[in-house]
Amino acid sequence: MTTLRVRVWRGGRDGRFEAFEVPRGQSQTVLDVVTHIQRHLDPTLSYRFACRVGMCGSCAMTVNGTPRWTCRTHVDKVAKGGALEIGPLANLPVVKDLVCDMRDFFDKWARARGQFSPTATKADDFARVRPDSRPRLEADAGIECIGCGVCYAACDVVAWNRDYLGPAALNRAWTLVNDVRDGGQGARLAAVAGDAGCHACHTLMSCTEHCPKALSPTRAISGLKRATAAAVLSLPGDESP
Amino acid sequence: MMLAARNHPAWWAFLVHRLSGVALALFLPAHFLAMGLALQGEARLDEFLRWSEQPLVIAGEWVLVMLLAAHLTGGLRLLALELLPWRNWQKTLAALAGGFAVASGLLFLLAR
Amino acid sequence: MNPRREALLWVAQRATAVVLAFCVLVHLATIIYAVRGGLSAAEILGRTRGSVAWAAFYVLFVVAVAIHGAIGLRAVAAEWLGLRGKSAEWLMTGVGCALAVMGLRAVVAVFG
Repeated sequence: MTTLRVRVWRGGRDGRFEAFEVPRGQSQTVLDVVTHIQRHLDPTLSYRFACRVGMCGSCAMTVNGTPRWTCRTHVDKVAKGGALEIGPLANLPVVKDLVCDMRDFFDKWARARGQFSPTATKADDFARVRPDSRPRLEADAGIECIGCGVCYAACDVVAWNRDYLGPAALNRAWTLVNDVRDGGQGARLAAVAGDAGCHACHTLMSCTEHCPKALSPTRAISGLKRATAAAVLSLPGDESP
Repeated sequence: MMLAARNHPAWWAFLVHRLSGVALALFLPAHFLAMGLALQGEARLDEFLRWSEQPLVIAGEWVLVMLLAAHLTGGLRLLALELLPWRNWQKTLAALAGGFAVASGLLFLLAR
Repeated sequence: MNPRREALLWVAQRATAVVLAFCVLVHLATIIYAVRGGLSAAEILGRTRGSVAWAAFYVLFVVAVAIHGAIGLRAVAAEWLGLRGKSAEWLMTGVGCALAVMGLRAVVAVFG
């Protein structure tokens, strides 16, 4: 088969799929296909990419129903019967065509207290953290996340629960819970507890299944469940903002 | 509907666990009411038990036993996932859970 | 969204799950044993009436299942039916209480 039949999402939320015929090539990736359409068939197609080599995560889209990095997805692997369907990432508002609005994703990262709270000053010596200590091993298992949004797009709880912080934000929170230098643990545990936080996770494990960096947010969220349970009496007992 | 993204063992394990839980929760009031028939005397309970000997009811009971076993084993898998140190062979747990559920159903069928 | 209450509900769900794992295994084994050769009210009630130990077991079973079922249904209602907020909380508390009342009535019926 020398041509691909490709359906591409056009427009915003109330858009539709548009069909294109794209010549197949050797070692062709889905990003190659999208690029070909924009350069040779329809210059009005909008999409995101940056590194093209599987480092930045910008090219994440929904390919035949699954969220993936398009630069790392070979057409041969996913095109069933010479057909491809490409859309923007799920669970995020569509800006245009294949571009989604990532603000919710990163806002939730902040709400989960996914930022480091320093305790040391310039006068203090370097922190000494053994790389083989339990907390550091747990943190190291999750710090390679580059915020591509694939896990968020794959998660059904994100779809069912608008407030759910999501696997990436919670995974980042867990890496910081395990950072012995961090001084914001109380606020962080309060932020990740609750039905918008770790307790909404039902271990569907779609995040772990689809993470392009083979991380396991499920593992991190399980850790948060244990941590919040251990600290349950110190969690705020009133409605949080 | 991202069906493709959902086609993996942990997702099916979740669905089975949730649906079996809902089914059991809906069944429980009927079960409690049936057992409560003993309040009206032994004869009344006997009448119900005789009714439950019908093939359709026995089939239903078998389904319930399977659902109960599936929910139990799925639940044990979840407890392991959430409370024990992380292991990457979680998928095997799902398979083991399924196996035990089927085994229980068969045992029940034999006994009945 | 009350973090402490959610965390406590999560703990309660897992704690009752552990209790129920034990109760369900005992119940499944008992049922499979009792069901051989058919069921009759006389057989059941002959075994259960006046048995304090079994009564206590089933009281524990009923209370655990009422809590566990209500918390579980709460999640399903919120995620699949969009039922959230104060009214949902009251509804779920009601479901739990109803299950407990019906179950305890059944325990009285069978063991009283």
